[in-house]
Amino acid sequence: MSTETVPHTAMTLVDHLPAIQVLLPFVMAPLVVVVGSRRLAWPLTFLASAAAFVVSILLLMQVIDGSIISYHMGGWAPPLGIEYRVDAANAFVLLLVTAMSTLVLLFARRSVEDEVSAKHHALFYTAFLLCLSGLLGVAITGDAFNIFVFLEISSLATYVLIAQGSERDKRALTASYDYLMMGTIGATFFVIGIGFLYMATGTLNLADIAGRIEDLGDNRTVRAGFAFIVVGIGLKVAMFPLHSWLPNAYTYAPSMVTAFLAATATKVAVYVLLRFVFSVFDPDFLFGTNTLAFIILPLAVVAMFSASFVAIFQSDLKRMLAYSSIAQIGYILLGIAFLSETGVTAAIVHLFNHGITKAALFMAVGAYVFSAKGTFYDTLQGMGRQMPLTSAAVVVGGLSLIGVPGTAGFISKWVLVEAALEKGWWPVALLIVLSSLLAVIYVWRVLEVLYMQPASESSTVREAPMSMVIPIWIGALACIYFGLDTDVTLTAARTAAQGLLAGSTGLH
Amino acid sequence: MQNFDWAFVLGHMNYWLFIVLMMTGFYIVVAKGNLVKKIVGLNIFQVSVFMFYISVGKIEGGTAPIFPIDMNIDPTVAYSNPLPHVLILTAIVVGVATTSLGLALIVRIREEYGTIEEDELLKIEKELALQDLRAHSEVKAERVG
Repeated sequence: MSTETVPHTAMTLVDHLPAIQVLLPFVMAPLVVVVGSRRLAWPLTFLASAAAFVVSILLLMQVIDGSIISYHMGGWAPPLGIEYRVDAANAFVLLLVTAMSTLVLLFARRSVEDEVSAKHHALFYTAFLLCLSGLLGVAITGDAFNIFVFLEISSLATYVLIAQGSERDKRALTASYDYLMMGTIGATFFVIGIGFLYMATGTLNLADIAGRIEDLGDNRTVRAGFAFIVVGIGLKVAMFPLHSWLPNAYTYAPSMVTAFLAATATKVAVYVLLRFVFSVFDPDFLFGTNTLAFIILPLAVVAMFSASFVAIFQSDLKRMLAYSSIAQIGYILLGIAFLSETGVTAAIVHLFNHGITKAALFMAVGAYVFSAKGTFYDTLQGMGRQMPLTSAAVVVGGLSLIGVPGTAGFISKWVLVEAALEKGWWPVALLIVLSSLLAVIYVWRVLEVLYMQPASESSTVREAPMSMVIPIWIGALACIYFGLDTDVTLTAARTAAQGLLAGSTGLH
Repeated sequence: MQNFDWAFVLGHMNYWLFIVLMMTGFYIVVAKGNLVKKIVGLNIFQVSVFMFYISVGKIEGGTAPIFPIDMNIDPTVAYSNPLPHVLILTAIVVGVATTSLGLALIVRIREEYGTIEEDELLKIEKELALQDLRAHSEVKAERVG
């Protein structure tokens, strides 16, 4: 793996890509407000998102071979200036976030018209753009405090977006309030952790912190910082048992918001966790290793089982998928807790595959909300015949959730089991397979409702419009494609995992 | 308790206050049922962090980090670290945004629910959840059968 840093004198537009990545949605957000037109809000938002997607592809192409781009914001060299740092790991995350936002936006046009009153559209898309740029900023920046600022930009926008669900169900407001409380506590914990690291090292640049922690050795201040950061980010990741904000927030938010958040927000938080646990703190940092093995691993397993178990007894498709998300985050955390290259590869691949799967499924939920006006199982009875395209996509997504061969979910679970066996932890491998059986039950319940039960005779529900079905199917086909052709995802994830596990050396 | 380092403990008074404030704020967030009081607690919690950062920047005997106007810098003068202060300016802005958004949400909650007491909100939501359950579980099975 070559670790040479691409020199940055930032002469051409291509050199400025890391900044453009974040600035595109960030500048478009106020522009949408200024233009203020309901009709222009969506096209402008889509334009920014699609352009950001192109930028993220260009960035990934530059770093896929293991090289690193270091962009000096405003020409101030790190560690004093803020550095944007792109390597395989975060280029992958950037690609996921922009791809999902573009896909969900395609879907969003009709869905938002249906669920959010017209006078709020411009501001709704503004909040969406701010959320997007916040997430991109978190992923791309190489500065610890900058992560906090972007995290809060995206979080504040997220609270607003979730509260927009109040036109359908007033519980969106309390869900948003609860998330605001917990999210702020999480972010504040994160900031305290960074404060401790700054105290110990006197720097905020991630690479610089990593280098100095190495020299410091085991140190109580560093340990305190580690603990605060893991708990703070754990709240954003919805790590069990810090997940209690998630089910309500996902259930009552507008459909497109849920699809976007499920596919990206928790994934970006997982990336931050990866970055801190592996790059900033050395993988040999014993306190960190023990935390992973004795706290995160058991909690991940508990999440896999308890959340799947709760999902089985839901009678609302959207809520069921929210609980399934908590379980799936358990798999990702499990991969991280293995502390091996295969484990981290599994975590990153699952992060990507689960993002696509959940985006497709939550968009399908949005289509049901649009056409059938509800997501409770009794409303969805017989939808397999009345909304064949959407329901077929749910089947594909459901199979991917279970991890049936030929779908994306299978690949990540396969790698995860492989990582468990590599470590000789066969009981954990067994638990992964067992918890997948729980997924079979909750997915089967949905399929039974959709296909085995007759629709009420008076029902006049029709298939959702094509502008919704097509993005859903792009998501569903991606689930199949990445289940068959694993080259792209696995290679990128492995490069990313190697970069992360090289520890602080990966940052130099 | 031999050699208990009183000078160390008292010398870090800022940090003790940070912990006390942080726990006070955290306790209010968790224990109080009134949504506005929770926001107040959250504010105290955040302010404690500001204090922590500013304490980190202080250097013993250090003066305000302002260079003399003629730029004749006396190397014997120690300056406090200004960076944490700047960071905290950003964090204060974030805190204000969070507070205003939280209060705006409370206004909307009050409009929709008619209360801002957590226990009453929970009661209303429990009622709503039961309604959902009644409307969406058994009924349709009968109709189909």
